[in-house]
Amino acid sequence: MVSAVFHSPQAQPPAIAALASGLGSQSGPAAAARARSVSSAPRRASIDPNSWLQQALPPALGLLLLIGLWHLLASTGEARLPTPGATWSAAVELFSDPFFVYGPNDVGIGWQVLTSLERVGLGFGLAALVGIPFGFLIGRSVFIGRMCAPLISLFKPVSPLAWLPIGLLVFQGSEPAAIWTIFICSIWPMIINTAVGVQRVPQDYLNVARVLNLSEWKILTKILLPAVLPYMLTGVRLAVGTAWLVIVAAEMLTGGVGIGFWIWDEWNNLNITNIIVAIFVIGLVGLVLEWALVRLARAFTFEEVKS
Amino acid sequence: MSATPYIQVEGVTQTFKTQRGDFVALQGIALSINKGEFVTLIGHSGCGKSTLLNLIAGLSAPTEGVLLCAGREIAGPGPERAVVFQNHSLLPWLTCFENVYLGVERVFGAGSRSIGAKAEGKADLVARTHAALELVGLNQAAHKRPGEISGGMKQRVGIARALAMEPKVLLMDEPFGALDALTRAKLQDELLEIVARSQRTVVMVTHDVDEAVLLSDRIVMLTNGPAATIGEVLEVPLPRPRKRVELAENPGYLQCRKAVLDFLYTRQAHVEKEAA
Repeated sequence: MVSAVFHSPQAQPPAIAALASGLGSQSGPAAAARARSVSSAPRRASIDPNSWLQQALPPALGLLLLIGLWHLLASTGEARLPTPGATWSAAVELFSDPFFVYGPNDVGIGWQVLTSLERVGLGFGLAALVGIPFGFLIGRSVFIGRMCAPLISLFKPVSPLAWLPIGLLVFQGSEPAAIWTIFICSIWPMIINTAVGVQRVPQDYLNVARVLNLSEWKILTKILLPAVLPYMLTGVRLAVGTAWLVIVAAEMLTGGVGIGFWIWDEWNNLNITNIIVAIFVIGLVGLVLEWALVRLARAFTFEEVKS
Repeated sequence: MSATPYIQVEGVTQTFKTQRGDFVALQGIALSINKGEFVTLIGHSGCGKSTLLNLIAGLSAPTEGVLLCAGREIAGPGPERAVVFQNHSLLPWLTCFENVYLGVERVFGAGSRSIGAKAEGKADLVARTHAALELVGLNQAAHKRPGEISGGMKQRVGIARALAMEPKVLLMDEPFGALDALTRAKLQDELLEIVARSQRTVVMVTHDVDEAVLLSDRIVMLTNGPAATIGEVLEVPLPRPRKRVELAENPGYLQCRKAVLDFLYTRQAHVEKEAA
């Protein structure tokens, strides 16, 4: 019931690594091979300049192409876009003092990003606290799994923003409502991936537990948790990714300090350069989050028993 | 060797429910194994050798019939019947030491179920674990994870884990099946030595005729499935200790070997042809 949305922890990192390092222009196998060669890089002490060039050149070209096209579009004047140069100087100006506070709604871009991250962290943390144990429960008990399957199927496709008014109504404030929205969007991947992970704990390990006659506590700490951890981290990664997507939209609706509302504010000021800077900042932060979680997941993925 | 039956399998039938109806894996199995005896179960793949071993281990329950160990019905798995799994089944996130310690702690540590036995302190448990790893010659790899050692070493840790629990019966499911011939021979010799020293009852599943003859006191040959049953039981009258090289020309050894080959490839070959 829940296995359809499973994302293998082994299969994910290469694809993500490719996404994170390139601009998604490579094909699947090539990207996977590249990611593998990246991960094995420390073993080769001397770096072949040719292969290094092959690795660095395509992403650089992609970026250049983007900037070139953008410049072309901007300089015709039809699209009313600021040029890359103008955007760059705006970015330099913004980042020269990212942490100023001139008033409750007039703070630097650093604070805007940090406030958004704080909301994501809170909503996501709460979702982890609820979702991961819940996923264990669903994975361990067929009855509870069947009980929750229709509810999960029903609510998972709903845009988390649809829950925002409910949050505003219940919590009577825009801040908890935004956190509530993040909570809703983060909880599904964590429940589902944890449950799938629990269901996929190799039977061999459970047989070992039965032969050794391990206590429930030992089974949980020595077998279930470590076996489920990679799946759980995949859920965490998907959840953080979605949360970072949703926070921008949620903040546009709730207002206050935060990168999402800041974009809306700049739009009202018709300050397009700052909006473009914000797009890049949001992308970079998302990329860093993704990268950190991929690293974390890799550290906790162990060789599986081949059967 | 005493003649008291230690493990008794009485009229055991095992059927599995499949989408195309019930599949009878084993039918009317009757077997008794004496204390200190080394018995191998041999047969073509899919004949239900592992199913029988899992029944003795208590990992599954028979559809019909009863299995006894030391006069008591086998109701589930337990540390007195330790299993060495086909694919070692070590927990990849624990070191070799921790893998072995997990079982030792359960059997001898605080909270152990054994009635009357005193719980041992941590130092004793650690000593036991090291002794078990020493037995299979792996103390130097104690702090490595399974992913960092070879297949043969992993299988040895699996054996150490089983032996460390001081089981009454050692159940082995094709323990050397995944290893290369040289490693396999080495581990077989080690197993012979360990079993000779500890006088342990062993039930081992294999599909290797030489392995069966070299190691066993009795070879239980299963007919082809479905509804596999015991086709023949062969006593291996070779004296112990057995030496692989000396046995190669021993007429008794060759006779046993031929008997098993004859059963497997002459009398039980036809079903496999049909299946193929």
